[in-house]
Amino acid sequence: MALSALFLIVFLLQHFIINLMSVISEDAFNSTSHFMGTNGLIQFVMQPILMFGILFHFIMGFILESKNRSARPEKYAMYKGSANSSWMSRNMIWSGLFILGFLAFHLWDFWLPEMNYKYIEGNPADPKRYFGEVQHMFANPIRVIVYCLSFVFLALHLLHGFQSAFQSIGARHPKYTPAIKAFGKWYAILIPAGFIFIAVFHFLNGNH
Amino acid sequence: MDLTLKIWRQKNAQAKGKMETYPVKDISEDMSFLEMLDVLNEQLINDGKEPVAFDHDCREGICGMCSLYINGQAHGPDREITTCQLHMRSFKNGDTIVIEPWRAAAFPVIKDLVTDRSAFDRIMNAGGFVSVNTSGNTIDANSIPIPKHDADKAFDAATCIGCGACVASCKNASAMLFTSAKVSQLALLPQGKVEAHERVMNMVHQMDEEGFGNCTNTGACEVECPKGISLENIARMNREYLSASLVSE
Ligand code: HEM
Ligand code: SF4
Ligand code: FES
Repeated sequence: MALSALFLIVFLLQHFIINLMSVISEDAFNSTSHFMGTNGLIQFVMQPILMFGILFHFIMGFILESKNRSARPEKYAMYKGSANSSWMSRNMIWSGLFILGFLAFHLWDFWLPEMNYKYIEGNPADPKRYFGEVQHMFANPIRVIVYCLSFVFLALHLLHGFQSAFQSIGARHPKYTPAIKAFGKWYAILIPAGFIFIAVFHFLNGNH
Repeated sequence: MDLTLKIWRQKNAQAKGKMETYPVKDISEDMSFLEMLDVLNEQLINDGKEPVAFDHDCREGICGMCSLYINGQAHGPDREITTCQLHMRSFKNGDTIVIEPWRAAAFPVIKDLVTDRSAFDRIMNAGGFVSVNTSGNTIDANSIPIPKHDADKAFDAATCIGCGACVASCKNASAMLFTSAKVSQLALLPQGKVEAHERVMNMVHQMDEEGFGNCTNTGACEVECPKGISLENIARMNREYLSASLVSE
């Protein structure tokens, strides 16, 4: 769980940096996207590893949740979870399910057309197409709203998850843990906020 | 003060229980929570009814027997105390108090508010000890120098009284805080290092066998623990377990 989660945290950062290029420089974004989309190592080694990481993470999440539910068959008549733990920590399965819903939408909306374009229709590589495509996608306000909402749930998931992953692998020390917790908080807020910013940026700039 | 109590009643382990409502009058704010229940039980006995069964022994916060999930929290609203250390001044005249047993598949209800916590004993039997030769030439523990820092941490872990509030409070009914305290108190000391790998593997295995849930680091246990056992112990056990799994055959 923790190892797949840490892997996803690194992946998310990489994804964010590439998306951010679309705001900073059209050329840099195009050439990086072209590299990511055509490099054999990325496409045929890293991409399957990523798919496996995501599958592993949420399947283990479901198993964990169902085991933990059966560990308390009779519920309390009165249960004050908020007195001793954060909302995020008690609702990882719900924030996770929302992210899963978004990932399904994202694959259907972006990844499948991309696979179709490249490998089924066999279109010739066009290193300049990516930026325009992104602008076109974010012109749709519904898509922008779905993105924004999903990243709020990702932020909630990571607000608990980031530090939790370190605790799970036993990485805890009075010197470093406060820094890990603080960094995790910033990561959990800034990265999703950045994704939201990029979506809104293209929505506002691509519409005219 | 006058109170309304909503208490879980269950005849025996097989019976289906339900919440029952009882009024109590003239409760002094200086009473402990258990003394308040004693008053209720006297009243029930006088009325020819079955008194409420609840666990207790020392009544001074050291044995870990008293349990009770009070108004949605283990040992009630106050921090770092057991139920026998909870006083009625934490409540107000006219309050309704909901009292339930610990809820966990691994802690089945025996009667009313009493649960069977022998799962903890079986976790201890699986590895919560140091094997020493007691044939007469045992070495005094104090003859082995131990860094003060480690001795303090081991002592802190050893203050766990096995009450089960960590399991009761955890949304996953996980026993990680208890088990990690027991693993830590021995793993930190030179005498415990010899069997460290076997110990953590066996105790964690037994913990899973008993049907406790898995830790998702919500931290509820640490907040509700009457002895302030730290989550640091869980991280230590995770480390111990990881390294033991890598080398164990
Ligand atoms: C595919 C949809 C996802 C689902 C269904 C899901 C579900 C879960 C569940 C059930 C847990 C464990 C519960 C807990 O610790 O309370 C968890 C933990 C975690 N998740 Fe996710 N998650 C998903 C996606 C993600 C993504 C995209 C990331 C990061 C970019 C992520 C990061 C984490 C982290 C850091 C943890 C903590 C791991 C630990 O404490 O060991 N998750 N997730
Ligand atoms: S760790 Fe704390 S809450 Fe859990 S059994 Fe020990 S003393 Fe009780
Ligand atoms: S009765 Fe012993 S700790 Fe409460």
